[in-house]
Amino acid sequence: MEVFLQSLISGLLIGGLYAIIGIGMTLIMGVLKIINLAHGQILMVAMYVTWVLWKFFGIDPYLSIFITIPFIFVFAEGLSKYLLHPLIEKESILPENQVLMTVGIGMVLVELARSIFTSNYKSIHTSYTDKAWHVAGISLHVPLVIAFVIAIFLTIGLYFLLRKTDLGRSIRATAQDKVAATLMGISSAKITILTYGLGSALDAAAGSLLLPVYYLYPDVGPLFTVKAFVITILGGLGSTVGAIAGGLVLGVAETFGATYISSGYRDAVGLVIFLIVLVFFPGGLKRLTKV
Amino acid sequence: MSILTLENLTKTFGGLMAVDHVSFSVKEGEIFGLIGPNGSGKTTIFNLINHYYTVTEGKIFFQGIDITHKHTHEIAQLGIGRTFQKVKPLKRLTVEDNVMAGAFARETTFAGARAVAQDVLKFCHLDDVKNMKAGSLPIGGRKRLEIAKALATRPKLILLDETAAGLNPGELDEAIDIIKKIRDELGITVLIVEHIMKVIMTLSDRIHAIAHGATIAEGTPAEVAKNPLVIESYLGSDYNVENYLNA
Amino acid sequence: MEKEKTKILEISKTEYIIFLGAAVLPFLFFNSFYIQGLLIFIMMWVMLGNSWNLLAGYTGQVSFGHAAYFGIGAYAAALPYFHYKISPWWGLLYGGLAAVILGYLLGILVFKLRGPYFALGTLATGEILRLVFGEEEWLTNGHNGILYTTTWVSKYPYYFIALALAILSILSVKMVMKSKAGFYFLSIREDEDAAAALGINTKKYKNISMAISTFWAGTAGAFYMIYMGFIDPEVVFALHNISIITILIGIIGGVGTIWGPAIGALVMVFVQELFRSAIFGLAPHWVSGLHALIFGLLVITVILYLPGGILGDWDLIANKFKFSKRMRSSS
Repeated sequence: MEVFLQSLISGLLIGGLYAIIGIGMTLIMGVLKIINLAHGQILMVAMYVTWVLWKFFGIDPYLSIFITIPFIFVFAEGLSKYLLHPLIEKESILPENQVLMTVGIGMVLVELARSIFTSNYKSIHTSYTDKAWHVAGISLHVPLVIAFVIAIFLTIGLYFLLRKTDLGRSIRATAQDKVAATLMGISSAKITILTYGLGSALDAAAGSLLLPVYYLYPDVGPLFTVKAFVITILGGLGSTVGAIAGGLVLGVAETFGATYISSGYRDAVGLVIFLIVLVFFPGGLKRLTKV
Repeated sequence: MSILTLENLTKTFGGLMAVDHVSFSVKEGEIFGLIGPNGSGKTTIFNLINHYYTVTEGKIFFQGIDITHKHTHEIAQLGIGRTFQKVKPLKRLTVEDNVMAGAFARETTFAGARAVAQDVLKFCHLDDVKNMKAGSLPIGGRKRLEIAKALATRPKLILLDETAAGLNPGELDEAIDIIKKIRDELGITVLIVEHIMKVIMTLSDRIHAIAHGATIAEGTPAEVAKNPLVIESYLGSDYNVENYLNA
Repeated sequence: MEKEKTKILEISKTEYIIFLGAAVLPFLFFNSFYIQGLLIFIMMWVMLGNSWNLLAGYTGQVSFGHAAYFGIGAYAAALPYFHYKISPWWGLLYGGLAAVILGYLLGILVFKLRGPYFALGTLATGEILRLVFGEEEWLTNGHNGILYTTTWVSKYPYYFIALALAILSILSVKMVMKSKAGFYFLSIREDEDAAAALGINTKKYKNISMAISTFWAGTAGAFYMIYMGFIDPEVVFALHNISIITILIGIIGGVGTIWGPAIGALVMVFVQELFRSAIFGLAPHWVSGLHALIFGLLVITVILYLPGGILGDWDLIANKFKFSKRMRSSS
């Protein structure tokens, strides 16, 4: 029972981080209508930025989100503006050329990281890295708890941005119907580019928050790209609430998989659930709550 | 002799009743019109007939065969061709290849398929543009290509879904002429959905009117046009030629 | 009415010359095992590229999980050897078949999906297999991999086997694309719904395309095992190094063209090796670390400026070249 609870809590905590990765992906999928196969690589870039800030400037990883978020926002906007957006008018045999572009971007980011930082594992050590709180026999890893709390604040912030601001309304309108949004005077091109930046910025926050509890190496990028779309599909496309649920489910499924099956199958559990949901419940978790 | 019979055809999406116990029967050799306001379920009925959607309740018979649960391609091979309201050209193939893709439904050789395609292209006034990529055709040509692809499968019944929408007056007359010839010269039964009154009223032998997924009237064009329910739900309150032309 | 000759397969003069040229190639590099090895890899990538291109480029089913079939082909060759000492060479016979069976089974799942979801579904299947083959040590020897002492030291026999298989893969794609099935593949790529309405059994033809595609991917995998003499799950089921590179080869060469994958494979290996060797040692040593980065940049450039790939947009390239030549001559 204790093992069960411990797994559940750890899963939920990591799931909180997965949730913001998923929300970022969901935003991008909802508005750009593409799968962003560079999502994890952008997260990886954010992790390296965080690492550099800590290593050379002594900036605490949690404080560094104030730098990584705007930095990645601008960076991703550039990618979107100059590499993804121009493809809309290009005629190509496969309609997925934007998706393939994200593959190319992802590849370049990984290799860039490898060229600069080598393939060696990096991690950071702070006064709280190895600390844990013990509550009723269950240990709570301090950095995970902090990250979880910050993730909740970010989610609430995003909720207000999407619901209460003009920008948020424009994004939601574009996601629902691009043509209608354009008719209402929304520049869909601008919103599209901006959304990629915004989705990536959330990703960046997740990257900074993950660093204290994760190893960093270039190939962490592809790993998280896979996680990101697992979360998104689990949650039901385009649904922010779904992405949160998807993130939590994946977090829990992974820790249970690692505890009860074998640690090697940790990543397979998510993929199997993903495939089942994708094929048999195309609406994701969103649909289950909506019946 | 009825070629197509719908019995209590019903389709629900989630809780929404898109098609509500619709029954009608199309006789062999007639042009049968299906009308109704936007969103009344006409295209859904087409999508049920050729099994893009699975039927929730009710049955569909084609020449006495129950086709309710047959696959889309089997239905096409049995002899139901259809066009799409939102045209679906095979964009990067030539116009001729588009039609040949349909012709292969009954032909096994390239020569045979090409011969069928040739006839159909001529019939639909597309032989001048047969080497063009289908994606680069103007809208009038795309609408005719829809018909040509369906005809190439050599159907016994053809479902035409708003093939006249978006055409200019000249093209409209051309389309009416082609549809008439489909029945008169090729002897193919036509089930047609159309918003443009000129088309539906001049062409149809009988018309079936639906609103909110349910039947409201059936009869000759003159009868249906006089039906108060039809006028209220369709012709009167929200019927506007301009709107539908641009739809 | 014109009478059409229905030739099942036409091989042009240029193609014969290319095949002959390819047969002579290894003798030109008789003193370099290294370059001969690269040529063998090019042929293997041609097989994989063709495999992917038939399913994705011609049938519109963009697979992100071709490593699954490559890997299963490799293990089909390796496992009977590992457990029963049956020569991996037999894998050339059943590696492709194993992949076809796997493809059929996975197809039941992934063909329910369309477009980007198909891409994600296939990606997941590839990754699941990688993890399973890594974990089930009793069957696969896990991450320790399977080792086999290769038959020959000389590269020549491997090269000619790879070349023969690569040519066969090209010809098989060419042949099927000349048939009614090929016509149907294109129709499905262009619009699956429209194709079904024309009486095309889309499920059946997607399965046919999948079968030919997976056969070549599996055969390439079996060949890899025989040639390299070592496989492990991380190598043969690799998402990036197999599945993604296969796609990129298609993209660079030109999806939906017969020779696109061959050109893509050539360019991929050439560019990577050019930089891996630090431009024949002329550039500073650190350049050699950039080979994958340069290839990635090349991919981005091609998608941006040559969406049809080198072969698909050959006119574009040729025109540009002519244009600049005219500019030079006029100035």
